[in-house]
Amino acid sequence: MDLIGATAAWLSDPAHWQGANGIPSRLLEHLALSGVSLLLAALVALPLGLWIGHSGRFSWLVVTSANAWRALPSFAVIGLLVPFTTVLDANLGFTLYPTLVAMIVLAGPPILVNAYQGIADVDADLVEAARAMGMKERQILVGVEIPIALPVLATGIRSAAVQVIATATLGAAFGFGGLGRFIVLGDANQDNGELFGGVVLVAALALTTLALFLVLERRLVSAGLARRAAG
Amino acid sequence: MNGEPLIRWDWLFAHLGPIADRVGQHLYLAAIAVSVGFAISFVLAAISIRRRKLYPFVTVLATAAYTIPSFAMFAALVAITGLSVFTAEIPLVLYTIVLFVPNIVAGFDSVPWDVLDAADGMGYTRGQRWWRVELPLAVPLVVAGLRLASVSTIGLVTVSAILGDSFGGLGYYILDGYHRHFTTEILVGGLLSIGLAVIADLGFVLLQRLLTPWAARRTVGG
Repeated sequence: MDLIGATAAWLSDPAHWQGANGIPSRLLEHLALSGVSLLLAALVALPLGLWIGHSGRFSWLVVTSANAWRALPSFAVIGLLVPFTTVLDANLGFTLYPTLVAMIVLAGPPILVNAYQGIADVDADLVEAARAMGMKERQILVGVEIPIALPVLATGIRSAAVQVIATATLGAAFGFGGLGRFIVLGDANQDNGELFGGVVLVAALALTTLALFLVLERRLVSAGLARRAAG
Repeated sequence: MNGEPLIRWDWLFAHLGPIADRVGQHLYLAAIAVSVGFAISFVLAAISIRRRKLYPFVTVLATAAYTIPSFAMFAALVAITGLSVFTAEIPLVLYTIVLFVPNIVAGFDSVPWDVLDAADGMGYTRGQRWWRVELPLAVPLVVAGLRLASVSTIGLVTVSAILGDSFGGLGYYILDGYHRHFTTEILVGGLLSIGLAVIADLGFVLLQRLLTPWAARRTVGG
């Protein structure tokens, strides 16, 4: 098929691998936005979820946010943010902020829900035993609950990361760069090589992120838990 | 933007007709995707239940498909299928399958084996057992899948606006409003599409109450 040839030709053209509009700088843009929004979301959602899971208070908040999250389409969220972010900054509010804020909104709930669920599911007997041994609440959380909940916590961060990487592509329809830009330009210029090149790059990045997080999770989970899961 | 009010009500009232058309298109695109996706998923789930070894394969494939952004899938299909209903529907259907199959499989898995034994003991044939026992007991999780899939599809329909003016349902207004720096359009498209998703979600909750009256009674009775 001609598509494959056109895509391969576009991807292998050295001119597309340099400059401010080249693949490396677009990739960096994509990763920077995804990383920053994931970090900001985790800074809020992780401690909040851990605390709710440990104390058992406000757990309705987690359930509600998990449900509402599915009903919020990112395309609409990015669009809806534009009128408000442009008030803050006419330029960045029209190109960067809507996608950035929407990605934080997208990443928060999976991290929050899994942090809460992971801690809440820790065997109550273990927590009691730790308390009876004289561990303080903070020590119980850090020394007992978090290590046991780690696989669940990691799953939340992984699914947030993969979704942000994939969805940040939408930003290209709203003035943001990133890898989605090639898809938008290829579509506008009817350049199938560029369009499919963009699709291949985005899909590869999303799948690579998924694979990296899976490998990282293997490394992080304590040996005892991994053995239990395997057995 | 440009010192304009957030919502220009005169524009809104002058465009009620086209807005209603877009709502119709939105529901049309979503309804096709959810019903076709549901039918395909039911078959895939039935196969996965019979042939357990295939199931991990199905889930891995589904996870990978879900990882590919909708935006990329829509754009890529234009080059293959041209601009037709299929261009919008193929990705939408694919994403519903990812959400449906695990829910349907879990639904039938959730039927306790002693209930199945009891049904067999009462002399039900295979078909009767499936229709009168397994299906009703699987309904809550199947409907949970319908809720998820319809809400996510209604959201994804907006993305198909990148295909051109003749697609996107309410997403058309989001994109057009952005290009024209016209907040009224963005708000109309964005808020109405979220509204549709919420209404669909509530509709399926109601459907579940109607289909499984015993579940509600059990909760009320404690």
